[in-house]
Amino acid sequence: MKTKGKVTGIIANLVSVEVDSPVAQNEICYIYRGGVKLMAEVIKVIGKNAYVQVFESTRGLKVNDTVEFEGHMLEATLGPGLLSKNYDGLQHDLSKMDGIFLKAGDYTDALDYDVDWEFTPLVKVGDEVTAGCWIGEVPENWINHKIMVPFKLTGTYTVKSIVEKGVYKIKDTIAVVTDSEGNSINLSMEQKWPVKMAITAYKDKPRPFKIMETGVRSIDTFNPIAEGGTGFIPGPFGCGKTVLQHAISKQAEADLIIVAACGERANEVVEIFAEFPHLDDPRTGRKLMERTTIIANTSNMPVAAREASVYTAMTIAEYYRGMGLKVLLLADSTSRWAQALREMSNRLEELPGPDAFPMDLPAVIANFYARAGLVYLNNEQTGSVTFIGTVSPAGGNLKEPVTESTKKAARCFYALSQQRADGKRYPAIDPMDSYSKYLEYPEIIDYLNETIDAKWVETVLKAKNYVQRGKEAYEQINILGDDGVPVEYHDRFWKAELIDFIILQQDAFDKIDASTPLLRQKFMLDLIVGICDNSFKFEHFEECSTFYKGLINSLKQMNYSVYESEEFFKFEEEVKSIINERKA
Amino acid sequence: METKAFQKIYTQLVGITKATCSLRAQGVANEELAMVHGRLAQVVKIIGDVVTLQVFGGTEGIPTNAEVIFYGEPPKLKVGDDLAGRFFNAYGQPLFGGTDVEGAPREIGGPSVNPLRRKQPSELIATGIAGIDLNNTLVTGQKIPFFADPDQPYNQVMANVALRAKADKIILGGMGLTNDDFLYFKNVFENAGALDRIICFVNTTEQPPVERLLVPDMALTAAEYFATEKNEKVLVLLTDMTLYADALSIVSNRMDQIPSKDSMPGSLYSDLAKVYEKAVQFPDGGSITIIAVTTLSGGDITHAIPDNTGYITEGQLFLRKDSDTNKVIVDPFRSLSRLKQLVIGKKTREDHPQVMNAAVRLYADAANAKTKLENGFDLSEYDERCLKFAHDYSLRLLAIDINIDIDAMLNQTWELFAKYFTKAEVAIRQEFVKKYWPAEQ
Ligand SMILES: Nc1ncnc2c1ncn2[C@@H]1O[C@H](COP(=O)(O)OP(=O)(O)OP(=O)(O)O)[C@@H](O)[C@H]1O
Ligand SMILES: [Mg+2]
Repeated sequence: MKTKGKVTGIIANLVSVEVDSPVAQNEICYIYRGGVKLMAEVIKVIGKNAYVQVFESTRGLKVNDTVEFEGHMLEATLGPGLLSKNYDGLQHDLSKMDGIFLKAGDYTDALDYDVDWEFTPLVKVGDEVTAGCWIGEVPENWINHKIMVPFKLTGTYTVKSIVEKGVYKIKDTIAVVTDSEGNSINLSMEQKWPVKMAITAYKDKPRPFKIMETGVRSIDTFNPIAEGGTGFIPGPFGCGKTVLQHAISKQAEADLIIVAACGERANEVVEIFAEFPHLDDPRTGRKLMERTTIIANTSNMPVAAREASVYTAMTIAEYYRGMGLKVLLLADSTSRWAQALREMSNRLEELPGPDAFPMDLPAVIANFYARAGLVYLNNEQTGSVTFIGTVSPAGGNLKEPVTESTKKAARCFYALSQQRADGKRYPAIDPMDSYSKYLEYPEIIDYLNETIDAKWVETVLKAKNYVQRGKEAYEQINILGDDGVPVEYHDRFWKAELIDFIILQQDAFDKIDASTPLLRQKFMLDLIVGICDNSFKFEHFEECSTFYKGLINSLKQMNYSVYESEEFFKFEEEVKSIINERKA
Repeated sequence: METKAFQKIYTQLVGITKATCSLRAQGVANEELAMVHGRLAQVVKIIGDVVTLQVFGGTEGIPTNAEVIFYGEPPKLKVGDDLAGRFFNAYGQPLFGGTDVEGAPREIGGPSVNPLRRKQPSELIATGIAGIDLNNTLVTGQKIPFFADPDQPYNQVMANVALRAKADKIILGGMGLTNDDFLYFKNVFENAGALDRIICFVNTTEQPPVERLLVPDMALTAAEYFATEKNEKVLVLLTDMTLYADALSIVSNRMDQIPSKDSMPGSLYSDLAKVYEKAVQFPDGGSITIIAVTTLSGGDITHAIPDNTGYITEGQLFLRKDSDTNKVIVDPFRSLSRLKQLVIGKKTREDHPQVMNAAVRLYADAANAKTKLENGFDLSEYDERCLKFAHDYSLRLLAIDINIDIDAMLNQTWELFAKYFTKAEVAIRQEFVKKYWPAEQ
C-alpha cells in the first residue's frame, strides 16, 4: 500500500503534505492537481508533515489536493538507448513530448521499450556474478553497451539461465540469477538507480594517471586534465565558459559525452541539438550526437529539477563507466544548482550560511565531485568519469561560496579572466591563476613524458616561466614607461605575448584553429619555446615590438592552416626567415 | 474579469503588509487572482486555511473588513489580432478608451517552450548602427539588454532599433516609465506610421510599483500569440528591467524572505530568466526577440540586477559618451552579442569576424595609449596612429547616429586600417587582406 497524503500548504514550489503512513527523506511523490500528476521529492519531515519540493509550477494547486508516495527516491532509468537522447532534468525524453510548450506532468519514458536490441550473452549458466558484472552486450550506436547485473543487488549470485544470442526488447527477461538462499531474480536490460547515490560497483579507484586530450591548447599544454579527473571553470558572465565547454565536448578524446545544461540558456542547448547531429567526432568519424546525451534543465524550466539534472547526468555517466568506457561529464553551470538549493533552503527557513547558501553546500559539492574518477572494474578493465563544471560567481568575484567550495573539491582550476575576455584573448583562461594539480602527480608527469616527449613537462614549465616573466616586465613597463626600462624588458614582455597569441589564444570558431591535437601542440610549443630561448638584440623598444608583431602574424597564419600542409610549411619558412634575419 | 454569480465574498483580513494581505479562505488555488477592496491581487502563499495575496495596486487604505472575491483562475490576457495598435495598462486593460479586445483568454506567465521545439536563431536583425551590426550583431530570437546609466539615451536608441528592425510586431513593456518617455515612444511610433504594428503595456512612475510585475508577462503573452499563431517576427522592448527587479524585491521583502546580494530575492536569477527565456525562434518562422534596458547605478555591473541579467541574456549593449568625439557610442569592449557568430561571416561578408576583431583590438591599443598619455608617458609613433584610428573609428562607426549597411561598415573599417596601419599590424588572414585591402591611391 502506498503512503497517501493531503496538501496543507503551498509557498512557491515548496508544498507541505500531511501523510497517513511512513515516508522517507528524498522519497518521490505525485501531487494530483485535477487530472495532472506533479512529481515532487520529500526534503524535510516534521511529525506527520512532509515538506516536498515540486518539480513543476505549483500554479493551481490547492490545499487538500491528494498526494501519493512512491516508496523510492528519485531514480535514473538505465539501459540501452540512453545515447543521443535529449532529456529534461528528471530524465523524461523531450522528443516524446507533444506540442511546442512543456506541459506540467507530461512525463515520458527515458528508454524506448518497443525497440529490438541484438543481445549477445557474456555469461553462462552456473557463473557467479555480482553487481556490475557484464552478463551480455548489445550494440548501441557504435559502442558495445554492456548489460550489467543491477547495482542494487548485493552479494554473489549464480546465473540460473541466460537467453541465447538474439533480438530482445528492453523489458524482456534475459537472465535469471539466484542468490545464496536459492531465490530467483529475473533480470532485464533495464535497471534503476537512485541518482543521489554514487554507483560503486567497481573494484578500485586509483589516482588518475593518464591525460584526457581536449584539443584546447591552454588546457592540454598548460594545465592538462586527467582522465577521470575533475576540473572547474569559474568566470564572470560572457567570459567564455560555455564556449569552452562546448569546444571540449566537441573535441575531447572521450568515448561518451554527457552534457548537463543546468539552469542556463535554452539557445545554448539548441546549438548542440542543431550542430551535433552534423559534426563529426574527429576520432571515429561518426556524428558527435552519437556519442552524446543531453540533460537539459534550462533556466526557465522548473527550478527544483535543476538539482536533479546534475545528479541524473552523473548517474548516467557512472553507468557507462561500468562498461569500461571513458565518459566525460560537463555541467553548465553548477552555480545554478547551488542557487536552486539556496531557494529551497530559504523557503524551509533554515539557518543560512554565507551569502544565504545552505550550510552544507561545501559538502554537497565535494560529494558530487568525488563521484568522478578512473576505476578498475571487477574484471580489471578501466572505465572513467571525467567531470568539468562551470561556476558563475556573483559579480565575477571568486571569493564566494560556490567557487570556494568547488576549489576545494576540483583538481583543475581554469579561471576565466574578465580582462582577457575584454581584450578578446580567448579562451580567457588566466595562465597564471589557473592550475592543474595533475601536473604535480609523478604518474602523470611520467605519462606525459612517455607519450609526448621526454622533455615535455620541462618545456611546459619553461613556457609558463616565460609568461610569468613577461607579466612582471609588463608591470614594470606600466610603472616606468616604455623608455624608463631597458629594452630587455620589452623583449621579455613580447616573448610572453608570443606564447599568449600562439599557444594560449585559440579561436573556437575557426574550423582549423578550434581543435589542436596533442602532436600539433607539441610541435608549436617546441617552436615557440625555441624562439623564446634566443636572446635577440634590439636598439629600441619599437624595433622589438615590430619584430614580434611580424612574428606573431606569421605564426598565427600557421595556426589557421591545416597541419603540415604546404601552406603551413610556407608560413613556417616565413617565421624562420624572420628569425634568421634578426639573428644575422 | 467580472464577478460571477454566487461567488463567495470574504470580509475579514487577518493581516496586511505594504504589498500583501492575508485572510482565511478555503478551496483557493495557488497563483489565482482575487479582487481585494476593488484592487487586483494574486495568491502567493497558502498555509492551511490562511491565504496570502499580493495586492498589485498596493495596500494603502485597505481595511481589515475589505471585500475579497476570488476569481478561480490565474491572470490572463485576451489575445487576438486587434491587440495591434493598442495601448494597455499593466492589467491588460485598454488605455485611452476603446473597446475590449476580442479573443481567447491566454494565461500569462505560462509554460516554457520545449527546448527541442526551438530552432537555432539565424536571422540577422539589421539596425544600421555599426556599434551593433558590425561588432555586436543581433539575431531574431535573441534576448539582449542595454546596460546604461539613467542619463543615457537608451530609450531613443531602442526606439530607433525597433523601427529599423523590420519586425511584424513591436511590443513595448514599460515598467516605471516616466510619462514623458511613454509619450516619446508613442510619438515616435506614430510619426513613423508604425502604430498598427505596435502594442504597449505600460506601468508609469505614477502607478504602483508592484503592478509592474505583470508587464513583462503581459507583453510576452501577446508576443507568444503573434509568434506561434501567426508566425510573426515579434520584437519585445522591456524598459526598465531594473525597476522590475526592484518590485520583485519589494514583494519578497514583505514576505519575510531572506534577501541575498544587494537586498535582492535569492530567486532573482530564476525570476529574470523566466522573462528573458521567452525569447525564441520557432521553426515556422515566428520569433520573439527581446531588447531590454537595465539601468545601472554609476556603471556598476557587479550589482545583483545587471550581474544576474548578464548571466541570462545573450550579451549586453553598453552605451557610453565618448569624450574624444562627443558622441554616444556603443562601447566595443563591454558590449557583446553572443549570437553574432551564428550570422557573421555566414549571413554577412566572409571577412566580417576578422575585421570586427582586428578593429576592436586596435581600438584597445588606442585605449592603452590613452592611459599612457594620462600617466604622462611619451607616445610611440604606433600609439599616435592608434589614437587617430580610434577617433575616426568612433566617429564613423561606433556612434549611435550612424545608419549604413553592413558591407559599408566593413569597407569603412578596411579604409581606416589602410589609412593608419600596415598589413602586419592589422594581422588578418591573408586571403582577406588580398581581397579587401583598399588599393593604394
Ligand atoms: N574561444 C573563443 N573564441 C572566440 N570567441 C569566444 C571564445 N570564447 C568566448 N567567446 C565569445 O564570448 C562570448 C561569451 O562566451 P560564453 O557564452 O561561453 O560565456 P559564459 O562564460 O558562458 O557566460 P555566461 O556565464 O553568461 O553563460 C561568446 O558568445 C563569444 O562571442
Ligand atoms: Mg555560459
